[in-house]
Amino acid sequence: MDVSYTPAQIAFRAEVRDWLAAHVPAQPLEHFDATREGFEAHREWEKTLKSGDWGMVTWPKEYGGRGLDLIQWLIFEEEYYRSGAPGRVNQNGIFLLGPTLIEFGTHAQKQRFLPPMASGEEIWAQAWSEPMAGSDLAGVRSTCVADGDDYVLNGHKIWSSRAAFADWAFGLFRTPGSERHNGMSLIFFPLDAPGVTVNPIKKINGHVGFAEIFLENVRVPAFNRLGDEGQGWHICMATAGFERGLMLRSPARYQVAAARLAKLWQEHRDSADPALEADVVRAHMNADAYALNIYQTASWLMAGAKIGPEASTNKIFWSELDIHLHQTALAILGPYAELMPDAPDAHPGEWLDDYIFALAGPIYAGSNEIQRNIIAERMLGLPRR
Amino acid sequence: MDYTVSDEQRMFAETARALFADSCGPDNWRRMMEAGVAHEDARWAQIVETGLTLIMLPESAGGIGLTEVDFAMIAQEAGYVALPEPLVESAGVAAPMLAALAPDHPLLAEPAATVAIAHPANPFVAAADSASAILLEKDGEAYLATPDQVTLTPEPVIDPLRRIFRVEWDAANAAPLGKADWDLALDRGALFAAAQGIGLAQRAVDMAVAYAMDRQQFGKPIGSYQAVKHHLASAQVAIEFAKPVVATAAAEIVHGDIQSRARVSHAKLVALEAADRAARASIQVHGAMGYSWEVDVHLFLKRALALTYAWGTPQFHRDRIATRMFTQAMGPDQTFARETENA
Repeated sequence: MDVSYTPAQIAFRAEVRDWLAAHVPAQPLEHFDATREGFEAHREWEKTLKSGDWGMVTWPKEYGGRGLDLIQWLIFEEEYYRSGAPGRVNQNGIFLLGPTLIEFGTHAQKQRFLPPMASGEEIWAQAWSEPMAGSDLAGVRSTCVADGDDYVLNGHKIWSSRAAFADWAFGLFRTPGSERHNGMSLIFFPLDAPGVTVNPIKKINGHVGFAEIFLENVRVPAFNRLGDEGQGWHICMATAGFERGLMLRSPARYQVAAARLAKLWQEHRDSADPALEADVVRAHMNADAYALNIYQTASWLMAGAKIGPEASTNKIFWSELDIHLHQTALAILGPYAELMPDAPDAHPGEWLDDYIFALAGPIYAGSNEIQRNIIAERMLGLPRR
Repeated sequence: MDYTVSDEQRMFAETARALFADSCGPDNWRRMMEAGVAHEDARWAQIVETGLTLIMLPESAGGIGLTEVDFAMIAQEAGYVALPEPLVESAGVAAPMLAALAPDHPLLAEPAATVAIAHPANPFVAAADSASAILLEKDGEAYLATPDQVTLTPEPVIDPLRRIFRVEWDAANAAPLGKADWDLALDRGALFAAAQGIGLAQRAVDMAVAYAMDRQQFGKPIGSYQAVKHHLASAQVAIEFAKPVVATAAAEIVHGDIQSRARVSHAKLVALEAADRAARASIQVHGAMGYSWEVDVHLFLKRALALTYAWGTPQFHRDRIATRMFTQAMGPDQTFARETENA
């Protein structure tokens, strides 16, 4: 056990901090789910990041990364959130598909897809869920039929984050006649390919953050299939491991929010319910516990361990702490909580918008009910049925 | 940043686990409860023999000179079996304090001796009757007395394997040892209570899992129902996010600064909350059996209750975290910050 940074890690933090201080836009960008302009402004930011070689720091250099370890990744994320830099519009690509490509892709696939992913030239959406395949993802009905060196894709995907404006999607398709977990393949398709129709869906905050996708005889080269035909379920579960385990929600996000909440409390403590201080303290504890858990996991992974079903505990923990933290902020704001950001008396903290976003946490990336099943069955060994 | 444990640390913990698994299980708990005792000489002799009481003692006092990181792993194993003997408070808190004050004290050379501690944070003293000596506090000074030099009034508690006492004493009948580090003792007491909490919690979950695999209703094991699964999954989540806090607190306690104290407090709060949550989930999963004396889950509920309020109340520990939050820098770059760096 040693919970201190090396001089090299301290120097690395300073390097990240200096670069971000010189490059982070002074004015916050419009949200990437709000409008096409907001989306493209975030793409430009991704290109700026790449110009400093900060696109995806943990990837190998040959694929557009920086070849850093997980502790350096955590330090980068801490500085990133601390600086108030824009959200990562390509998170489906860089945090979910990217690590999966590195594990399962061929050299040619990595060369083709990773560098433009790291630079924001190609922004990705996830196309897994279907109207009849949500928590029961093995119920996917969309199909892929091999035809020469191509696949022909048909079906209906839904709840695809970023798909309204993104360039590419990675989807789960089934060989006709196959059943359940067998016969599914993970295939990439351009969202502007002939036969693809994208219909944006409004979220409860009014943004078009996700979409449904209709595929009608969409032809893509077999090169776009990740892993073997029929291996899609296995690969998706590995992606879900990254998603739940480490990459999707870095602790720094919540630590920044907890620090802001502490400040909000200090501003309002004279007028707010004194009982709320315990919640403010709790929000800090939760964010810190999440950070310590991820540092521990990163340290163990660097020592050769693998991410297992305990990754599901992370997803439950961060999604629930996020809601609690923002509920506490709204409780401090009291009658000001409901004000939209453009209301004359709104608090500038955007707590309401972040609260609404937090409410999605227990649903996406595998609902928390499914995560609890995974913990019970794979960590604790309880019977599936 | 290194959260791995060494082979030596792992071996020590495994030795403790094996010893406790053999000697401190359901048969033994029942025998002790029926006999109305909370101390078994034979087991204590084994504990002493394996060196578990020497971990926190400096080599100058005849110990092994390891750290809180090592001992926290042992305390967790003690929690896993609801160990009745005062290994954690004696070898983790009291004896190291005595060694710091009087490294040559003859008591430290007595293998079977236990030391109890009357810390100002606790109104009562655990295992004072079976102790060879009791550390006492007056105006920040430490004193040492044998149980027959003080007045012990037993306070019956709901945990059948725990003994606590009100202690009245007169400085004239005790040996003065000088100014002592009561803050460090409190941090150690809280940290090791937290480590025990992890063990208590995991045992409560493990017992419920075993029962839920076996017990059938509506023609299937009750553990196949999501309502049961989700109780236990939630308890396991609480455990998984208390463990790294306890581990970090153990590594940081040596700093004795605002941050390390807040970390110990955080560990104390969440580990005992996990223990309480797991014990109550376990009772619920066991159904009426869980409410019976026959199933041993109640031991873990009761020990969790005792440790939740020992070594600083939840309010005390929340206040220490608030002090860290409102007097020191916050934010993602401050996770492992030290008070001196911000001075």
